[in-house]
Amino acid sequence: MATVELTFSALPAHVRTARLVATAIARRTGVEESLLDEVRLAVGEACSRAVEVHRAHCPGEPIRIELRDDSGRFEVTVSDHAPSDEIKPEQPLDLGMLSDSFMSGFGIAVIEGLADDVEVFPGPKGTNIRMSWPAANGT
Amino acid sequence: MDLKLDHRTEDRLTIVEVEGEIDVYTAPRLRELLIDLVNKGNFHLLVNMEKVDFLDSTGLGVLVGGLKRVRAHDGSLELVCTQERILKIFRITGLTKVFGIYASVDEAKEAHGKDK
Repeated sequence: MATVELTFSALPAHVRTARLVATAIARRTGVEESLLDEVRLAVGEACSRAVEVHRAHCPGEPIRIELRDDSGRFEVTVSDHAPSDEIKPEQPLDLGMLSDSFMSGFGIAVIEGLADDVEVFPGPKGTNIRMSWPAANGT
Repeated sequence: MDLKLDHRTEDRLTIVEVEGEIDVYTAPRLRELLIDLVNKGNFHLLVNMEKVDFLDSTGLGVLVGGLKRVRAHDGSLELVCTQERILKIFRITGLTKVFGIYASVDEAKEAHGKDK
């Protein structure tokens, strides 16, 4: 059962709100305090990525986040509606290749480095990023 | 909290004080400041991150962009950061190898002075 569902328009200003909501629900779900920074950053990265791809492909479409408390885990799924060809495989670090605009590959790399468990489901109609962390208690 | 930016020049080093959250919403302001400083001939930048509460990959991108700009002028962009939560994102992305990261502004100034 989804504990909280949140949809927001593809505006950078809303990403902070999404981070705050996710962190608050994670704390309530019993995620350890030491992991809350990781939840905040990983959810922020997923939402930033979604906002950027929506602004490029479908600025009028909302982004959806589902925050679940299932079987002792806190699970977050961030879903966008943009074609997922922007997700690139991890490449060796090359300063000349890096852009100071959004680095979508970096965002995914950061999420994978932070979340206890991550799955990325790219598709022609959008990408779902599902991540989860251990949670101590139920709802 | 929002992002607060300030800067000052000491000798040939421009120290950029950053406070608050650097994310997809606020990072453009930091990008504009770094571009403005470089355009005005400040090619040795030290970004003090000690009061940064949050940094994401958008913020990293702005710092990398700043580094590219100053390097085009044989300059430098280095960081002051001791917060584990911020250092972690530099480690995950391998950027600890790209930026000089110091424990204090004084330590960075001393290292910068030795290089000159």
